[in-house]
Amino acid sequence: MSRFGYYPGCALHGSSNDFEASVRACMKTLEVELGELNDWICCGATAAHSINHTLSLALPGRNLGIAERDGFTDLLAPCPMCSMELIKTKNALTESAALRKEISDIVETPVTGATEVINLIQIFQRVGLDRIQAAVKKPLESISAACYYGCLLTRPPRTVAFDDPDQPRSMETVLAALGAKSVEWNYATECCGAGMTLSREETVLNLTNKIITNAKAHGANCLVVACPMCHVNLDMKQGAVEQAHGVKHDMPVYYLSDLVGLALGLSERELAVNRHFVRAGVHAAPKTVA
Amino acid sequence: MEVTPVGADKFAGTSIENCYQCGKCTAGCPLADQMDVTPNQLFRLVQLGEVEKAARCGAIWLCVSCFTCTGRCPQSVECVEIIDALREYAAEHDCAPPDLQRIILFQKAFLDNIRRNGRINELELIRDFKTKGFLQDLSLPLLMKDALLAPKLMQRGKFHLTSEKAKDRELVGRIFARCTGTHAEGATS
Repeated sequence: MSRFGYYPGCALHGSSNDFEASVRACMKTLEVELGELNDWICCGATAAHSINHTLSLALPGRNLGIAERDGFTDLLAPCPMCSMELIKTKNALTESAALRKEISDIVETPVTGATEVINLIQIFQRVGLDRIQAAVKKPLESISAACYYGCLLTRPPRTVAFDDPDQPRSMETVLAALGAKSVEWNYATECCGAGMTLSREETVLNLTNKIITNAKAHGANCLVVACPMCHVNLDMKQGAVEQAHGVKHDMPVYYLSDLVGLALGLSERELAVNRHFVRAGVHAAPKTVA
Repeated sequence: MEVTPVGADKFAGTSIENCYQCGKCTAGCPLADQMDVTPNQLFRLVQLGEVEKAARCGAIWLCVSCFTCTGRCPQSVECVEIIDALREYAAEHDCAPPDLQRIILFQKAFLDNIRRNGRINELELIRDFKTKGFLQDLSLPLLMKDALLAPKLMQRGKFHLTSEKAKDRELVGRIFARCTGTHAEGATS
């Protein structure tokens, strides 16, 4: 049993609680213990870094301070916005003693930036893809996925230093261990509009329409994401996309943890796959003839 | 070229001086076709000391912070940090274009929500943002948009009338006070 600190962030405790259910069910099956940070606070997301630079370091800094205080050397943050903000702060703290002092004073907790922050894909890598492959009960033979990384899993590259920012392969590698296929396509790292959902919806509907259309054109029967905002824009907003563009997509959107869990034998209900907006049932379809 | 624009301290560490106008930032930008001024033009304005002019552009509020520009810049310019600094300047000097005020309104409502609750309370955020947005431009579509999603969210257990809050909200208030205070000192120095 390995143990990781766990920073859910606001989305996973809000309308993306299906993502949290999926992550938790998966981790339990893989015997990974998640220690949720005691009294964590919001990372500030785009709003903080757009409007107040100090705040954009203090809010993640408080959470890193809690992780250090409670002895977590590794911290899982499944939301890429949270993990990027945490890593950005960690890097800034590591580089400057003056900033460590300033932020520690502001957040009333000593914080050094020693905690390793990891995303959802990395926790599967830590568990070991060979171990996951050996534990597969239902190989996902009917899945031909377009792995969608969006922005913040691999960007900004100098900050997050994860995978290749233009040609990432880490999700495809996880899917291969599950017996699923991945397609080659063009929009894997294009932005979906993320936080603009509320304030400028037409932007999001245009960007997501291009993403889904391209995935379909390259033979994908589903999208796989590792980000709650990508999931909102691609799944919850898919009806609005179809309406705005006069098209029918009907494209299921899985979280990466959904597919790992399904392959490990967990049910749609345990992983909250049954709570998505677009019915996600292609994993149970008969094997497609290539 | 020696550059000392107004508010130049905001651009420290961004390597803005290294931009040589290759245009890769604009080529990869998913919103460039909708911007009044492209990312490379924004950076040129900043280099020339025209910070106020750059901060008045709608482009900085259309930027979704996807970091494609930062990732592809051959000169390692911190493109999004420059745009952040411009947004910060525009928010402080209240100089965003009227049709894009709604994006600032959302971000301010977002931060206000964290200050009060320690965590984002989605329902409260949407209510605050929509009420303020409606009072600002009397836009009924904004007020009503997404209303039809509410029952579907509820059906899926994704809708919470009461959201969880951080326990030590007084601490969160102190963190905000210090950051905004620190910030004001920095701006006046």
